[in-house]
Amino acid sequence: MTAATARLQRTDDSIRSSRLSPHIKALENEAIHIFREVAAEFERPVMLYSVGKDSSVLLHVARKAFWPEPIPFPLLHVDTGWKFSQMIAFRDQTARDLDLDLRVHTNPRGAAEGLSPLKHGSSYFTEVMKTEALRQALDAGRFDAAFGGARRDEDASRSKERIFSFRSPDHRWDARNQRPELWNLYNGRIARGESVRVFPLSNWTELDVWHYIKSEEIPIVDLYFAKRRPFVLRDGMIILAEDERLELWPGEVRQEGSIRFRTLGCFALSGGIFSEAATIDDIIDEITTATVSERQGRAIDRDEAGSMEKKKLEGYF
Amino acid sequence: MSLEADIQQLEPEFEREADPAAQQPEAGRRLRFLVCGSVDDGKSTLIGRLLWDTKSVAEDHRAALIAKGSKQNDLSLPDFGLLLDGLKAEQEQGITIDVAYRYFQTPRRAFIVADTPGHEQYTRNMATGASTADLAVLLVDARAGLLEQTRRHAAIVHLMGIRQVVLAVNKIDLVGYDRAVFDDIELEFRAYAARLGDMAITAIPLSALKGENIVSPARANLEWYSGPTLIEALEAAPAAKSSRLSFRMPIQRVSRPGESFRGYQGTVAAGAVAVGDRVVVAPSGQTVSVARIVTFDGDVPRAEAGAAVTLVFDRKVDTARGDVLTAADATPLAGRDFTATVVTLQPDGLKDGARLWLKAAGRMKRVRVAVDEAYVLAAGHWSKSSALPVNAIGRVRLRFDEEAIFDRFSDCRDTGAFILISPQTNNTVAGGMIADLAQAASDGQEQVTLALPRDLAEFVLGLPAVKARRAEIEVLPDR
Repeated sequence: MTAATARLQRTDDSIRSSRLSPHIKALENEAIHIFREVAAEFERPVMLYSVGKDSSVLLHVARKAFWPEPIPFPLLHVDTGWKFSQMIAFRDQTARDLDLDLRVHTNPRGAAEGLSPLKHGSSYFTEVMKTEALRQALDAGRFDAAFGGARRDEDASRSKERIFSFRSPDHRWDARNQRPELWNLYNGRIARGESVRVFPLSNWTELDVWHYIKSEEIPIVDLYFAKRRPFVLRDGMIILAEDERLELWPGEVRQEGSIRFRTLGCFALSGGIFSEAATIDDIIDEITTATVSERQGRAIDRDEAGSMEKKKLEGYF
Repeated sequence: MSLEADIQQLEPEFEREADPAAQQPEAGRRLRFLVCGSVDDGKSTLIGRLLWDTKSVAEDHRAALIAKGSKQNDLSLPDFGLLLDGLKAEQEQGITIDVAYRYFQTPRRAFIVADTPGHEQYTRNMATGASTADLAVLLVDARAGLLEQTRRHAAIVHLMGIRQVVLAVNKIDLVGYDRAVFDDIELEFRAYAARLGDMAITAIPLSALKGENIVSPARANLEWYSGPTLIEALEAAPAAKSSRLSFRMPIQRVSRPGESFRGYQGTVAAGAVAVGDRVVVAPSGQTVSVARIVTFDGDVPRAEAGAAVTLVFDRKVDTARGDVLTAADATPLAGRDFTATVVTLQPDGLKDGARLWLKAAGRMKRVRVAVDEAYVLAAGHWSKSSALPVNAIGRVRLRFDEEAIFDRFSDCRDTGAFILISPQTNNTVAGGMIADLAQAASDGQEQVTLALPRDLAEFVLGLPAVKARRAEIEVLPDR
């Protein structure tokens, strides 16, 4: 089914659109403005597609920004080879359903070395399979602008990131010398080899993302919803035990319980939470009363102090 | 207290119980505000307190803060600076380096706070934070009273077009909750603000450290105060007024997926547009009718300011990104010379005669900037100047090579604001606001710009007649 036929099958369009609150509609308008600005000013944009809920929202807004024109740039998924299998299935289904130009890149060096987050440590693994892989893919595509779904409310170091975030030719982020950003006027002027990371969802919060997914009926990976699933407890993290790539450590027992995931990445590095939230409404209730932050289950953010900032300096998204 | 502020105070009392929609954070528009204060006014404590008391700090972040220890106070509160300083370098140095954006919400409203550093470079950072804000919170230490710095903050906020201010008189506990101290500060500020111009002011006595009048009222200690708490004032504040102008939409992008469709994408900057409306394409002046307003959710009959839409016209027109669609009865300012107010953002400042890129709503144009005056913050007046250092506010004249279109910033933010970009570094060197059309350069000489291949340009420059008047010719480098 192509995007166009999917559209024809939908009804109730005016009702759907009026369901967005003024607040969410303003966020959507802002994101559309940013998408169009990049498409108009840059020669080779690309959209980073990580298959998570934020990427799903980003993709949806991108379609809205250009409709009835198809999205005028490719999507890029940096696949570490260790993503949840449900994510890969969802990614390929989405690409088929929406007729997307999706490119997938895996770092050949890491793949050849058989790099594993379980054996080689999450820090080194992330450096090679995510940061280095991303740099390879951006260089190979000669992309001058890369959209990402990051939000400023995710992490302290993100709260200072610009919507147009300048990167040197070696993809480095100079947090202390960012370009001033006033009004909705984004400076996209760069020299050859330099690039800009663009974050259309900068001003969204996790709650805004869920309200939007609900109102717009955006498909997301099933792992976000609570279900009885097998897991093991490792270093205080709830690791999904559905995958044959996971080897149990001595003393570890496979358990079963109602769990879900607030963020999705590599299955061995993304911890789940105990939850009964089986619908989007349940999830919104859960977040409204939540006492932990969204990235709390992420092993890679906890490696060392200022962890996210350090990775971003090196070119991580 | 102004009439407007009185009305705002009553509003929450009526709405809180009665309106079920008000219980949902997404029911209203988000308010964007910035907090300005000097280093010791307690800005971090105030913002930290807002986040803490509205339960916007997640448990793992709370735990991490408490683990890092509480050296700031004896109320078993964490060091809010640690919560707010986003970069490792900042935590090591104990100062905020750059503008940070925080997100929190109450049952009535969602908020974005621009947290701007109060020390050096504050003009540039405040201007950045103020550019997207509806309201400013100005912090004053009750013990110190109104400082030079507070006046400067108020002046910058006003210059950036913000017309709503909350004067937060902090540390009121440290002056014994003395009403006379508060009244004096409020009076003095109102007198100063009146000189700046139109500004709605709500003054609130509070203690950020003790959490008095931030989210919870402080009836026991401040029984003489009957106004809103800080959060009530923020919940009731109207979002910045949208433009009074009739329809404006800068064309952001032309969409041509195939021969059969040609759409003009953009965000409505002012007024509204409806199917059947006749609109003017500036600067060419062609008139067209709007045949369709296309969105992903289906065609709509009408679009208002803020909406990102795609317009289809009744016929083909020659128009591109950077042109502005306007109501037929109210066209924008058009000309080659404009006056503007700018804020300088880079160490080199802004020199008279600088040739720069100007970016405004969908346009990137060459401009020459003549510096006329600098704002003397300490004295609160303008003085003649031919150069602006960094962190300065100045009045300039802009000269374009070809006709440009703008609105006055005071009429419409989206079509009156611009940034200046250095062609050498590609960095943003200034933010600016259009004041008006300027009288054309007074020498009365007509200028012509020729774009020629290098060899041809050299040939022309070598002609005897041209050579004789070489001093009057400016050669621009390749872009």
